[in-house]
Amino acid sequence: MTIYGTALLAVCHLIGIITGDLFGRALGMETNVGGVGIAMLLLIIARIYLHKAGLLCATSECGVHYWGSIYIPVVVAMAMQQNMVAALRGGPAALIAAVGSVVLCGLFVSFINRMEPDTDVQKEGK
Amino acid sequence: MMWSIIEKAAKENGLVTAFAIVGLVMLVSGVISRKLTFGRVQGSAIAILIGLGLAYVGGKMSGGSKGLADLALFSGVGLMGGNMLRDFSIVATAFEVHAEEAKRAGWIGAIALLLGTVLPFIVGVCVAWAFGYRDAVSMTTIGAGAITYIVGPVTGGAIGATSDVMALSIATGVIKAILVMVSTPVAAKFLRLKTPRSAMVFGGLAGTVSGVSAGLAATDRRLVPYGALVATFHTGLGCLLGPSLLFFIVKMFVSP
Repeated sequence: MTIYGTALLAVCHLIGIITGDLFGRALGMETNVGGVGIAMLLLIIARIYLHKAGLLCATSECGVHYWGSIYIPVVVAMAMQQNMVAALRGGPAALIAAVGSVVLCGLFVSFINRMEPDTDVQKEGK
Repeated sequence: MMWSIIEKAAKENGLVTAFAIVGLVMLVSGVISRKLTFGRVQGSAIAILIGLGLAYVGGKMSGGSKGLADLALFSGVGLMGGNMLRDFSIVATAFEVHAEEAKRAGWIGAIALLLGTVLPFIVGVCVAWAFGYRDAVSMTTIGAGAITYIVGPVTGGAIGATSDVMALSIATGVIKAILVMVSTPVAAKFLRLKTPRSAMVFGGLAGTVSGVSAGLAATDRRLVPYGALVATFHTGLGCLLGPSLLFFIVKMFVSP
Protein backbone atom coordinates (compact mmCIF):
# COMPACT_ATOMS: atom_id res chain seq x y z
CA MET A 1 0.00 0.00 0.00
CA THR A 2 1.19 3.44 -0.93
CA ILE A 3 0.52 4.82 2.53
CA TYR A 4 3.07 2.44 4.07
CA GLY A 5 5.84 4.22 2.20
CA THR A 6 4.53 7.65 3.13
CA ALA A 7 4.11 6.53 6.75
CA LEU A 8 7.70 5.22 6.79
CA LEU A 9 8.84 8.58 5.47
CA ALA A 10 6.74 10.38 8.08
CA VAL A 11 8.12 8.27 10.94
CA CYS A 12 11.73 8.85 9.81
CA HIS A 13 10.97 12.56 9.48
CA LEU A 14 9.49 12.79 12.98
CA ILE A 15 12.23 10.72 14.63
CA GLY A 16 14.83 12.86 12.84
CA ILE A 17 13.23 16.12 13.95
CA ILE A 18 12.82 14.89 17.54
CA THR A 19 16.43 13.67 17.65
CA GLY A 20 17.55 16.99 16.20
CA ASP A 21 15.62 18.85 18.89
CA LEU A 22 17.13 16.64 21.60
CA PHE A 23 20.60 17.30 20.19
CA GLY A 24 19.83 20.98 20.32
CA ARG A 25 18.73 20.77 23.95
CA ALA A 26 21.79 18.72 24.86
CA LEU A 27 23.95 21.45 23.34
CA GLY A 28 22.08 24.10 25.27
CA MET A 29 20.09 25.65 22.41
CA GLU A 30 16.45 25.97 21.46
CA THR A 31 17.22 25.07 17.85
CA ASN A 32 16.98 21.86 15.86
CA VAL A 33 20.42 20.40 15.14
CA GLY A 34 20.60 18.50 11.85
CA GLY A 35 17.14 16.96 12.21
CA VAL A 36 16.57 16.78 8.45
CA GLY A 37 19.97 15.18 7.87
CA ILE A 38 19.32 12.60 10.60
CA ALA A 39 15.92 11.84 9.07
CA MET A 40 17.59 11.29 5.66
CA LEU A 41 20.12 8.90 7.16
CA LEU A 42 17.30 7.02 8.93
CA LEU A 43 15.40 6.66 5.67
CA ILE A 44 18.48 5.34 3.84
CA ILE A 45 19.09 2.80 6.63
CA ALA A 46 15.40 1.83 6.80
CA ARG A 47 15.33 1.30 3.04
CA ILE A 48 18.39 -1.00 3.07
CA TYR A 49 17.04 -2.98 6.02
CA LEU A 50 13.51 -3.36 4.64
CA HIS A 51 14.86 -4.32 1.22
CA LYS A 52 16.96 -7.10 2.73
CA ALA A 53 13.98 -8.31 4.73
CA GLY A 54 11.83 -8.17 1.58
CA LEU A 55 9.26 -6.00 3.30
CA LEU A 56 9.19 -3.17 0.81
CA CYS A 57 7.01 -3.60 -2.29
CA ALA A 58 7.01 -1.28 -5.31
CA THR A 59 3.65 0.27 -4.41
CA SER A 60 4.88 1.18 -0.94
CA GLU A 61 7.94 2.80 -2.50
CA CYS A 62 5.64 5.00 -4.59
CA GLY A 63 4.50 6.61 -1.35
CA VAL A 64 8.04 7.89 -0.83
CA HIS A 65 9.04 8.53 -4.44
CA TYR A 66 6.13 10.88 -4.98
CA TRP A 67 7.27 13.18 -2.19
CA GLY A 68 10.88 12.98 -3.36
CA SER A 69 9.83 14.01 -6.85
CA ILE A 70 7.76 16.95 -5.58
CA TYR A 71 10.64 18.64 -3.83
CA ILE A 72 11.58 21.06 -6.61
CA PRO A 73 7.96 22.39 -6.82
CA VAL A 74 7.94 22.71 -3.03
CA VAL A 75 11.14 24.73 -3.23
CA VAL A 76 9.48 26.91 -5.88
CA ALA A 77 6.55 27.49 -3.50
CA MET A 78 9.08 28.28 -0.79
CA ALA A 79 10.74 30.81 -3.08
CA MET A 80 7.33 32.45 -3.65
CA GLN A 81 6.95 33.33 0.01
CA GLN A 82 10.35 34.80 0.69
CA ASN A 83 10.87 38.37 1.74
CA MET A 84 12.38 39.41 -1.59
CA VAL A 85 11.72 43.09 -1.03
CA ALA A 86 14.01 42.98 1.99
CA ALA A 87 16.53 40.70 0.28
CA LEU A 88 17.03 43.08 -2.63
CA ARG A 89 17.77 45.78 -0.10
CA GLY A 90 20.66 43.49 0.90
CA GLY A 91 22.16 44.41 -2.46
CA PRO A 92 24.86 42.55 -4.38
CA ALA A 93 25.82 40.33 -1.43
CA ALA A 94 24.09 37.30 -2.97
CA LEU A 95 25.81 37.78 -6.31
CA ILE A 96 29.26 38.20 -4.79
CA ALA A 97 28.83 35.23 -2.44
CA ALA A 98 27.64 33.04 -5.34
CA VAL A 99 30.38 34.05 -7.78
CA GLY A 100 33.03 33.74 -5.06
CA SER A 101 32.07 30.21 -4.08
CA VAL A 102 31.69 28.99 -7.67
CA VAL A 103 35.11 30.32 -8.66
CA LEU A 104 36.81 28.93 -5.55
CA CYS A 105 35.20 25.50 -5.96
CA GLY A 106 36.03 25.48 -9.68
CA LEU A 107 39.70 26.04 -8.85
CA PHE A 108 39.62 23.11 -6.41
CA VAL A 109 37.89 20.82 -8.95
CA SER A 110 40.53 21.68 -11.50
CA PHE A 111 43.32 21.14 -8.98
CA ILE A 112 42.06 17.76 -7.72
CA ASN A 113 41.31 16.48 -11.22
CA ARG A 114 44.81 17.42 -12.38
CA MET A 115 46.17 15.01 -9.76
CA GLU A 116 44.29 12.11 -11.37
CA PRO A 117 46.76 9.59 -12.84
CA ASP A 118 47.02 9.88 -16.64
CA THR A 119 46.50 6.14 -17.06
CA ASP A 120 42.99 6.47 -15.61
CA VAL A 121 42.18 9.34 -17.93
CA GLN A 122 43.31 7.36 -20.99
CA LYS A 123 41.51 4.23 -19.86
CA GLU A 124 38.21 5.83 -19.03
CA GLY A 125 38.28 8.91 -21.21
CA LYS A 126 37.48 7.04 -24.40
CA MET B 1 -19.86 37.91 -9.27
CA MET B 2 -17.79 35.26 -11.08
CA TRP B 3 -14.58 36.65 -9.63
CA SER B 4 -15.88 36.48 -6.07
CA ILE B 5 -16.75 32.79 -6.54
CA ILE B 6 -13.29 32.06 -7.94
CA GLU B 7 -11.69 33.99 -5.10
CA LYS B 8 -13.72 32.10 -2.51
CA ALA B 9 -12.83 28.74 -4.06
CA ALA B 10 -9.14 29.61 -4.13
CA LYS B 11 -9.15 30.79 -0.52
CA GLU B 12 -10.99 27.76 0.81
CA ASN B 13 -8.76 25.35 -1.13
CA GLY B 14 -5.47 27.05 -0.47
CA LEU B 15 -3.14 24.08 -0.82
CA VAL B 16 -4.89 22.84 -3.97
CA THR B 17 -4.62 26.32 -5.47
CA ALA B 18 -0.92 26.33 -4.63
CA PHE B 19 -0.41 23.00 -6.46
CA ALA B 20 -2.08 24.50 -9.54
CA ILE B 21 -0.07 27.74 -9.42
CA VAL B 22 3.27 26.04 -8.84
CA GLY B 23 2.50 23.52 -11.59
CA LEU B 24 1.77 26.36 -13.98
CA VAL B 25 5.01 28.12 -13.05
CA MET B 26 6.96 24.88 -13.60
CA LEU B 27 5.29 24.45 -17.01
CA VAL B 28 6.11 27.98 -18.11
CA SER B 29 9.69 27.55 -16.84
CA GLY B 30 10.06 24.32 -18.79
CA VAL B 31 9.00 26.08 -21.99
CA ILE B 32 11.34 29.02 -21.32
CA SER B 33 14.17 26.57 -20.61
CA ARG B 34 13.69 24.74 -23.92
CA LYS B 35 12.79 27.62 -26.24
CA LEU B 36 14.84 30.51 -24.90
CA THR B 37 17.91 28.91 -23.35
CA PHE B 38 17.89 25.69 -25.43
CA GLY B 39 18.02 23.59 -22.28
CA ARG B 40 21.16 25.23 -20.99
CA VAL B 41 19.44 26.68 -17.93
CA GLN B 42 17.37 23.97 -16.25
CA GLY B 43 13.63 24.55 -15.92
CA SER B 44 13.71 24.17 -12.14
CA ALA B 45 16.18 27.02 -11.77
CA ILE B 46 14.03 29.30 -13.91
CA ALA B 47 10.96 28.28 -11.87
CA ILE B 48 12.72 29.27 -8.66
CA LEU B 49 13.71 32.62 -10.16
CA ILE B 50 10.09 33.20 -11.25
CA GLY B 51 9.02 32.23 -7.72
CA LEU B 52 11.39 34.78 -6.21
CA GLY B 53 10.08 37.34 -8.70
CA LEU B 54 6.48 36.62 -7.67
CA ALA B 55 7.54 36.88 -4.03
CA TYR B 56 8.85 40.36 -4.80
CA VAL B 57 5.57 41.36 -6.50
CA GLY B 58 3.54 39.87 -3.62
CA GLY B 59 5.68 41.63 -1.04
CA LYS B 60 5.31 44.97 -2.84
CA MET B 61 1.54 44.54 -3.15
CA SER B 62 0.82 43.42 0.39
CA GLY B 63 3.60 45.20 2.22
CA GLY B 64 4.07 42.02 4.25
CA SER B 65 7.11 39.85 4.77
CA LYS B 66 5.87 36.55 3.31
CA GLY B 67 5.88 37.37 -0.38
CA LEU B 68 3.02 35.93 -2.42
CA ALA B 69 1.64 34.06 0.62
CA ASP B 70 0.52 37.36 2.15
CA LEU B 71 -2.09 37.78 -0.59
CA ALA B 72 -5.21 35.94 0.58
CA LEU B 73 -5.73 34.38 -2.85
CA PHE B 74 -2.32 32.67 -2.68
CA SER B 75 -2.17 31.86 1.02
CA GLY B 76 -1.92 28.13 0.22
CA VAL B 77 1.56 28.74 -1.18
CA GLY B 78 2.56 29.36 2.42
CA LEU B 79 1.55 25.84 3.38
CA MET B 80 3.05 24.15 0.32
CA GLY B 81 6.38 25.94 0.69
CA GLY B 82 6.33 25.92 4.48
CA ASN B 83 8.82 24.13 6.71
CA MET B 84 6.73 20.98 7.09
CA LEU B 85 6.29 19.98 3.45
CA ARG B 86 9.73 21.28 2.51
CA ASP B 87 11.54 19.10 5.04
CA PHE B 88 9.23 16.18 4.28
CA SER B 89 10.02 16.19 0.57
CA ILE B 90 13.74 16.73 1.11
CA VAL B 91 13.91 13.72 3.43
CA ALA B 92 12.09 11.72 0.75
CA THR B 93 14.88 12.39 -1.78
CA ALA B 94 17.22 10.34 0.43
CA PHE B 95 15.27 7.33 -0.78
CA GLU B 96 16.89 7.66 -4.21
CA VAL B 97 20.39 7.28 -2.77
CA HIS B 98 21.77 3.78 -3.26
CA ALA B 99 24.33 2.85 -0.65
CA GLU B 100 26.05 0.39 -3.02
CA GLU B 101 26.58 3.03 -5.69
CA ALA B 102 27.54 5.53 -3.05
CA LYS B 103 30.47 3.34 -2.03
CA ARG B 104 31.85 3.61 -5.56
CA ALA B 105 32.26 7.34 -5.08
CA GLY B 106 34.97 6.44 -2.58
CA TRP B 107 37.09 8.70 -0.48
CA ILE B 108 37.79 11.28 -3.19
CA GLY B 109 34.06 11.92 -3.45
CA ALA B 110 33.84 12.32 0.31
CA ILE B 111 36.72 14.80 0.38
CA ALA B 112 35.21 16.78 -2.49
CA LEU B 113 31.87 16.73 -0.69
CA LEU B 114 33.38 18.08 2.51
CA LEU B 115 35.34 20.77 0.65
CA GLY B 116 32.22 21.62 -1.36
CA THR B 117 30.39 22.25 1.89
CA VAL B 118 33.05 24.12 3.81
CA LEU B 119 34.56 26.33 1.07
CA PRO B 120 31.31 27.98 -0.15
CA PHE B 121 30.25 28.37 3.46
CA ILE B 122 33.43 30.30 4.29
CA VAL B 123 32.97 32.51 1.23
CA GLY B 124 29.31 33.13 2.14
CA VAL B 125 30.10 33.96 5.75
CA CYS B 126 32.88 36.36 4.74
CA VAL B 127 30.63 38.13 2.23
CA ALA B 128 27.84 38.34 4.84
CA TRP B 129 30.31 39.88 7.27
CA ALA B 130 31.55 42.32 4.64
CA PHE B 131 27.96 43.42 3.99
CA GLY B 132 27.33 44.23 7.62
CA TYR B 133 25.70 41.07 8.94
CA ARG B 134 27.48 40.58 12.25
CA ASP B 135 25.25 38.12 14.10
CA ALA B 136 26.06 34.40 13.98
CA VAL B 137 22.56 33.38 12.82
CA SER B 138 22.52 35.64 9.75
CA MET B 139 26.14 34.88 8.82
CA THR B 140 25.55 31.14 9.09
CA THR B 141 22.34 31.29 7.06
CA ILE B 142 23.92 33.26 4.22
CA GLY B 143 26.98 30.99 4.32
CA ALA B 144 24.69 27.95 4.14
CA GLY B 145 22.90 29.50 1.16
CA ALA B 146 26.23 29.53 -0.65
CA ILE B 147 26.29 25.72 -0.21
CA THR B 148 22.90 25.16 -1.90
CA TYR B 149 19.58 26.96 -1.98
CA ILE B 150 18.11 24.11 0.08
CA VAL B 151 20.73 24.10 2.82
CA GLY B 152 20.30 27.86 3.27
CA PRO B 153 16.63 27.94 4.28
CA VAL B 154 16.83 24.62 6.18
CA THR B 155 19.72 25.99 8.24
CA GLY B 156 18.10 29.39 8.62
CA GLY B 157 14.82 27.79 9.70
CA ALA B 158 16.58 25.64 12.28
CA ILE B 159 18.56 28.44 13.89
CA GLY B 160 15.84 31.08 13.58
CA ALA B 161 17.01 33.48 10.87
CA THR B 162 14.82 36.39 9.75
CA SER B 163 12.93 36.13 6.46
CA ASP B 164 15.02 38.73 4.63
CA VAL B 165 18.21 36.87 5.50
CA MET B 166 16.56 33.62 4.35
CA ALA B 167 15.63 35.27 1.05
CA LEU B 168 19.19 36.52 0.59
CA SER B 169 20.45 33.03 1.41
CA ILE B 170 18.14 31.41 -1.17
CA ALA B 171 19.06 34.03 -3.76
CA THR B 172 22.74 33.18 -3.21
CA GLY B 173 22.09 29.47 -3.71
CA VAL B 174 19.96 30.00 -6.80
CA ILE B 175 22.51 32.29 -8.45
CA LYS B 176 25.19 29.70 -7.65
CA ALA B 177 23.11 26.89 -9.23
CA ILE B 178 22.55 28.95 -12.37
CA LEU B 179 26.25 29.87 -12.58
CA VAL B 180 27.20 26.17 -12.30
CA MET B 181 24.72 25.19 -15.04
CA VAL B 182 25.85 27.85 -17.47
CA SER B 183 29.60 27.82 -16.83
CA THR B 184 30.24 24.05 -16.61
CA PRO B 185 30.16 23.33 -20.36
CA VAL B 186 32.35 26.39 -20.96
CA ALA B 187 34.87 25.45 -18.27
CA ALA B 188 34.80 21.66 -18.83
CA LYS B 189 38.33 21.60 -20.22
CA PHE B 190 39.76 23.65 -17.37
CA LEU B 191 37.91 21.46 -14.85
CA ARG B 192 39.26 18.29 -16.55
CA LEU B 193 35.80 16.75 -16.72
CA LYS B 194 36.60 13.54 -18.58
CA THR B 195 36.26 10.54 -16.29
CA PRO B 196 33.59 9.32 -13.83
CA ARG B 197 36.02 10.10 -11.02
CA SER B 198 36.43 13.70 -12.17
CA ALA B 199 32.65 14.01 -12.42
CA MET B 200 32.34 12.80 -8.81
CA VAL B 201 34.87 15.37 -7.66
CA PHE B 202 32.92 17.99 -9.56
CA GLY B 203 29.60 16.81 -8.10
CA GLY B 204 30.98 17.04 -4.59
CA LEU B 205 32.53 20.45 -4.94
CA ALA B 206 29.95 22.18 -7.11
CA GLY B 207 27.07 20.97 -4.97
CA THR B 208 23.61 21.96 -6.18
CA VAL B 209 22.10 18.86 -7.82
CA SER B 210 20.24 20.91 -10.41
CA GLY B 211 23.38 22.83 -11.32
CA VAL B 212 25.57 19.72 -11.48
CA SER B 213 23.16 17.55 -13.47
CA ALA B 214 22.33 20.28 -15.95
CA GLY B 215 25.95 21.35 -16.28
CA LEU B 216 27.21 17.81 -16.83
CA ALA B 217 24.36 16.99 -19.21
CA ALA B 218 25.51 19.82 -21.44
CA THR B 219 29.15 18.67 -21.17
CA ASP B 220 29.01 14.87 -21.45
CA ARG B 221 25.79 12.95 -20.82
CA ARG B 222 27.59 9.84 -19.54
CA LEU B 223 29.04 11.77 -16.62
CA VAL B 224 25.67 12.89 -15.24
CA PRO B 225 24.91 10.00 -12.84
CA TYR B 226 28.38 10.13 -11.29
CA GLY B 227 28.20 13.82 -10.58
CA ALA B 228 24.60 13.71 -9.40
CA LEU B 229 25.30 10.75 -7.12
CA VAL B 230 27.80 12.71 -5.06
CA ALA B 231 25.79 15.91 -5.31
CA THR B 232 22.71 14.24 -3.79
CA PHE B 233 24.67 13.88 -0.56
CA HIS B 234 25.47 17.56 -0.65
CA THR B 235 22.12 18.75 0.67
CA GLY B 236 22.05 16.10 3.40
CA LEU B 237 25.55 16.90 4.57
CA GLY B 238 24.84 20.61 4.46
CA CYS B 239 21.58 20.23 6.38
CA LEU B 240 23.43 18.15 8.96
CA LEU B 241 26.45 20.42 9.37
CA GLY B 242 24.84 23.83 8.72
CA PRO B 243 22.69 24.26 11.82
CA SER B 244 25.16 22.34 14.00
CA LEU B 245 28.94 22.30 13.59
CA LEU B 246 29.20 25.22 11.15
CA PHE B 247 26.84 27.35 13.24
CA PHE B 248 28.85 26.66 16.40
CA ILE B 249 32.12 27.58 14.69
CA VAL B 250 30.69 30.87 13.45
CA LYS B 251 29.21 31.53 16.89
CA MET B 252 32.63 30.92 18.45
CA PHE B 253 34.23 33.50 16.17
CA VAL B 254 31.50 36.09 16.61
CA SER B 255 31.12 35.96 20.38
CA PRO B 256 34.30 34.71 22.01
